[in-house]
Amino acid sequence: MAERLTDIGPPHYEKFLPPIVKENYGKWLYHEVLKPGVMVHVSESGAKLFTIRAGSPRLISTEKIRNYADLAEKYCGGHLRFTSRHNVEFLLTDEKNIDPLIKDLADLGHPVGGIGNAISSIVHTQGWVHCHSAATDASGVVKAVMDDLNEYFTSTKLPGKLRIALACCLNMCGAVHCSDIAILGIHRRPPKVNHDTLRKMCEIPSVSASCPTAAIRPATVNGNPSVEVLEDRCMFCANCYTVCPSMPLNDPLNDGISIWIGGKVSNARHEPMFSKLAIPFIPNNPPRWPEVTTAIRNIVELWAANANKYERMGEWIERIGWPKFFKMSGIEFQKEHIDDFKHAGLTFKRSTHITF
Amino acid sequence: MADQLPNTPILDELEKGTWPSFVKEIKLAAKNSPMSRDLLGLLEQSYEEKIGHWKHGGIVGVMGYGGGVIGRYSDLPEKYPNVSHFHTIRINQPSGWFYTSEALRTLCDIWDKHGSGLTNMHGSTGDIVFLGCRTEALEPIFSELTEAGFDLGGSGSDVRTPSCCVGPARCEWACYDTLALTYDLTMHYQDELHRPAFPYKFKFKMSGCPNDCVASIARSDMSIIGIWRDDIQINHDEVTKYAEGGMNIQRDVVGNCPGKCMDWDGKELKIENSYCRHCMHCINVMTKALRPGKDRGACVLLGSKAPIVEGALLSSVLIPFWKPKPPYTDLKDMVERMHDVWCEEGKARERIGEFIQRVGLGNFLEECEIDIAPEMVAHPRENPYIFYEEYYEEDDGEEDEDGE
Ligand code: HEM
Ligand code: HEM
Ligand code: SF4
Ligand code: SF4
Ligand code: SF4
Ligand code: SF4
Repeated sequence: MAERLTDIGPPHYEKFLPPIVKENYGKWLYHEVLKPGVMVHVSESGAKLFTIRAGSPRLISTEKIRNYADLAEKYCGGHLRFTSRHNVEFLLTDEKNIDPLIKDLADLGHPVGGIGNAISSIVHTQGWVHCHSAATDASGVVKAVMDDLNEYFTSTKLPGKLRIALACCLNMCGAVHCSDIAILGIHRRPPKVNHDTLRKMCEIPSVSASCPTAAIRPATVNGNPSVEVLEDRCMFCANCYTVCPSMPLNDPLNDGISIWIGGKVSNARHEPMFSKLAIPFIPNNPPRWPEVTTAIRNIVELWAANANKYERMGEWIERIGWPKFFKMSGIEFQKEHIDDFKHAGLTFKRSTHITF
Repeated sequence: MADQLPNTPILDELEKGTWPSFVKEIKLAAKNSPMSRDLLGLLEQSYEEKIGHWKHGGIVGVMGYGGGVIGRYSDLPEKYPNVSHFHTIRINQPSGWFYTSEALRTLCDIWDKHGSGLTNMHGSTGDIVFLGCRTEALEPIFSELTEAGFDLGGSGSDVRTPSCCVGPARCEWACYDTLALTYDLTMHYQDELHRPAFPYKFKFKMSGCPNDCVASIARSDMSIIGIWRDDIQINHDEVTKYAEGGMNIQRDVVGNCPGKCMDWDGKELKIENSYCRHCMHCINVMTKALRPGKDRGACVLLGSKAPIVEGALLSSVLIPFWKPKPPYTDLKDMVERMHDVWCEEGKARERIGEFIQRVGLGNFLEECEIDIAPEMVAHPRENPYIFYEEYYEEDDGEEDEDGE
């Protein structure tokens, strides 16, 4: 038997770079967006590299990957790459191949876009397809939202970039907390302790220690050691569930979605910022979550109609002020909007800079 | 095969519409995979009941590795036996996510043979994600993957798979070689990546410039973001062409400059570079006219994380300007000192950013022998509760005189 290989690491990236990239590595001079989803990079040597970016559902079959491979062989010497937001990019040297490739991608059902002042693919997590912790599905919500907003993926008519992300629980595997629009699955019912299994599966001290608000204390239930939850202290973070399977929070009646807006990652103009709560709760309504898609479309269009050129969601709202945003959007300002966790005071308005 | 796709009226609704459909993808995989067929059935039931049907993962993996596999079991194994096990395998992606069609086909062959045929290209940490296989399949998959030159990524309390933006491979703004640093760190930390030994996870992300296309400042414990420290390169002819082409330079470029360090008199664009904040806005807008300077390097930031456990953090400045030079020994030495302190004193499930909040940045830097700098704070402290560490005794002065 061959020796078992371990710790070999990933293949060296140079093996996969297209020849034009190898030749012009670090020598790119400038780029231009030619049309939605298509850009050209020009090198000091004069070489031109055309990039075509296509959207994808992230959850893809091997058959689809083989389709991508076919297209890469047909148009770009068998080379392709993926982006940080699950898009696939084909790198062409022959400008004449752009439109045929776009057509082939359309036949496969993949729109081209996501470059420049556009919405790019939604970064998202697993949801009901694979995770135990999910308060909502991921792929289904993303599909519904992108079906609705596709026109902003395939055009560049927005004032600036718009980045949407979804995480199906507060663990936030997608780290959605710095997005223009973050769709966040939330639980709203404290864990239902399964006393029978807890005894066998979990260590009571580590379960109580896992709770950031000290809502969990050791208790004797039916003569056996277990824990109890002080429900009014629970903020539904599911940290206890992560360390102990006997503390599930999943609950169809109370699980749902919250919407957070105005975050950004890039340093362009304003420094990076966290997203802030816009809508505290929308019930799950599969398969198309119409209340979520409508709410998001309204926010996107309000921003698009009122923001200055290049102004991201958070920059726009910071300029006009949150009260104005609530007024313009018709979203009701509720108690949940006011922070009451650590350092909440820093989020209170501490001046008379108020608009009417 | 006689097996038919299960009836999924609710999910079928998500085959409609213009955005590519994950339901179609699962159905494509289900043509050849009983696992994907049962996944469809199980997911339909979740859509009906508005709740997931997965159990808390168990510990599964390949021999000698502590990470790279996420154990997953269905809570309806009798009804959907083919997804009773549905483990995820994380596979370390090549830097910059470049592939050849041949490499992709090899990966697909392995996965078609042993798993569900479903993937994520890619997971949010950057790995290739193979979604759904049985425990017995893990070793064969692993041996075929390594045969093909691929290895597993991280999971659990270890160094997670580092990832980077496309960098100098295709971006004129890359201020350092993100692909090279990512590959180097990945290889350097193979042991830490595969064998969890930290209080919690530790992520590296490399972006070539402050646009931060891999969101490193929000999603990695160590964010390495390209930056320059000399003057922005200006091509005045191209500036003129932008103006002639109708660009409103005053409003759209100068007016958006956070450093208020640009001046446009209708003819010439001037930048007072010592006040430039390196935000990238002007360069993003005038791609042909402006470029980052020539003295390029990176800003190293530390500590971002999602809210669990103590609240979300963004990374903050650790080294304002670092010149990355292979083999990057200075950075690795510093990281090792940080890991030592964190492993020694960190609590279980305490990310390094939270650890620093608890012990204080000043103390942390001191222990790790990292020089402090005003770039590390947005502003000096506002609260007067200072932990002064020394005070004088009455006779201190005399002793000094004697001692000297
Ligand atoms: C217009 C010039 C720009 C170009 C050519 C450019 C280039 C790129 C590239 C190559 C990617 C893919 C990176 C990867 O997956 O490795 C990307 C993604 C991204 N960029 Fe930029 N960048 C530009 C401007 C910006 C600006 C101004 C921002 C923020 C204000 C930004 C934020 C992002 C984000 C968040 C992503 C992930 C989105 C995606 O993959 O579609 N970029 N950009
Ligand atoms: C305490 C916080 C967290 C916990 C308990 C947690 C837990 C989990 C679990 C259980 C899964 C498996 C999902 C599945 O069944 O496939 C998962 C997947 C994943 N998590 Fe986390 N997670 C946490 C935070 C994060 C953060 C902050 C990130 C990234 C910034 C992240 C990145 C990922 C990635 C990349 C995956 C793979 C699947 C995907 O891309 O959706 N996780 N996490
Ligand atoms: S965000 Fe929560 S539910 Fe979604 S994949 Fe991560 S841990 Fe699972
Ligand atoms: S969900 Fe969070 S706050 Fe509630 S009991 Fe569990 S750990 Fe505590
Ligand atoms: S982070 Fe900067 S260097 Fe890297 S791809 Fe984005 S724009 Fe280019
Ligand atoms: S990079 Fe930003 S701060 Fe610097 S000159 Fe350009 S717009 Fe101003």
